[in-house]
Amino acid sequence: MPAKLILSMDGVVLKEYLLNKERTTIGRKPHNDIVIDNLAVSSEHAAIITILNDSFLEDLDSTNGLSVNGQVTKKHFLQNNDVVEIGKYKLKYLNDQPAQSTPADFEKTMVLSRPVKTGSTSGNAEAELLRTQTNAIKSNGSSDTPAPVAKAPTPAPAAAQVHQAAAIQILNGPNAGKELELVKSLTTLGKPGVQVAVLARRPHGFFITHVEGVKFPMVNGESTGEQPHQLNDHDIIELAGVKMEFYFKA
Amino acid sequence: MDIQDVLEFASQTSPGMIRSHNEDSVTYDAPSGLVVLADGMGGYNAGEVASGIAVSVIASEIRQQLQSVKPEKIDSPSGDEVGVVLLRENLKKANFSIFNAANSQPQYSGMGTTVVTGLFYDDKVAVAHVGDSRMYRLRGETFESVTKDHSLLQEQIDSGMISKEDARTSKNKNLVTRAVGIDTDVVPEIHVYEVQVGDIYLFCSDGLNDMVVDEEIGSTLHMLKANLPLAATELIQLANDNGGRDNVSVILVKVNGKFSAPRGWVEKILSWFKN
Repeated sequence: MPAKLILSMDGVVLKEYLLNKERTTIGRKPHNDIVIDNLAVSSEHAAIITILNDSFLEDLDSTNGLSVNGQVTKKHFLQNNDVVEIGKYKLKYLNDQPAQSTPADFEKTMVLSRPVKTGSTSGNAEAELLRTQTNAIKSNGSSDTPAPVAKAPTPAPAAAQVHQAAAIQILNGPNAGKELELVKSLTTLGKPGVQVAVLARRPHGFFITHVEGVKFPMVNGESTGEQPHQLNDHDIIELAGVKMEFYFKA
Repeated sequence: MDIQDVLEFASQTSPGMIRSHNEDSVTYDAPSGLVVLADGMGGYNAGEVASGIAVSVIASEIRQQLQSVKPEKIDSPSGDEVGVVLLRENLKKANFSIFNAANSQPQYSGMGTTVVTGLFYDDKVAVAHVGDSRMYRLRGETFESVTKDHSLLQEQIDSGMISKEDARTSKNKNLVTRAVGIDTDVVPEIHVYEVQVGDIYLFCSDGLNDMVVDEEIGSTLHMLKANLPLAATELIQLANDNGGRDNVSVILVKVNGKFSAPRGWVEKILSWFKN
């Protein structure tokens, strides 16, 4: 399904255009693909270059310019739901397919049969580019691929990152009382060269793992060994003589 | 110093969270200072076959040829270092093997693979790549990709059509412009870089850099450089925690000392005694 543009004015939809050409032009003159017959629109106002699933908007030195999502721009890489404004007219860009159209299509690396030429963004170069046939090496398309979604373990969506915030507080030594919030996916603790452990923030919780040093970190008085150890609320970590408490934040 | 005493290796590979097959193949050979990583493509299990052939041909051939040649010497017909010639010739050999297998057995038709391979010798690393598998380098605080993908997206970045930041949201990922095994010949891109003590090299398939941003890969390596196997495990976990939509493989090489080739007769004699 190619991306499309929906032309509207004052909230009234006027027309829908499919971006199924390598170059779609927008302007006042009738030879344009998208004709907007209004004096505020230049005869050749803008062009949209579409390369496979990506589209790029370009101002063709128009008199009144154009804006995307309220920002004046000369050139823009269009994203789903972008609103292009030309005078009083709005063009909404819709390209709602995910990065690859189905999970089965994802990661299907393909080879372009000829080296792609991407010269300037004008004229023949991109016409040449789009004539380049893509040669799907992996020809068993989504239709005859065994549905990998059903079989695979439920992927952890990026959004399912640990919602809960957590922190550690140092309990002894000169830094006693200091709190360190665990915001990054990895946080290292300890003294390099002596004893270091890493705290990993993962979708299903926080884990401490030994990195270096002859001694392993202790959690609640027990050595974690070399393996990752999941932390629970109010666990006491001991590392290089420093005690700290791990806890979830409300 | 002997190369295997100064280079530390760690590697990990995972099918990811969505795919049932792992089409990546990885290997390293410490005595040869060699790393090979391939990300295969092709229907059914042909991707695994292609990447498997690439890795085994390149690794076994180079290991064997290093018995009789020195990688730091200059090859007379080409004028390139022998290490570079070894990578180039054996990538071509792998290409030929995959191409022939693909043409002789219908179930392997059209299979191919990306390859990134590095050969460490004489305080240098020669890197050859085809496609979008990468080699990164962490030197001090600087983490950067050394190889440049052979992909549509990279060509668009080079021509200024799209910025590196915008490229992350592109819907045209996974389109490579070169691959091993899809044609009668292949042109690998090969460069030689000086190596410094303390450098960490990361070879990875796109399953890593598509799921984890470069800054996070770099900071993970920096934080965990004291424990290379753990760094490899954490990188794979980061990719899988972010969705793991593709197979993901990493090979890490840490340079703990110099490994210059013996020069002059005294050093040469000493090196004989060491063996």
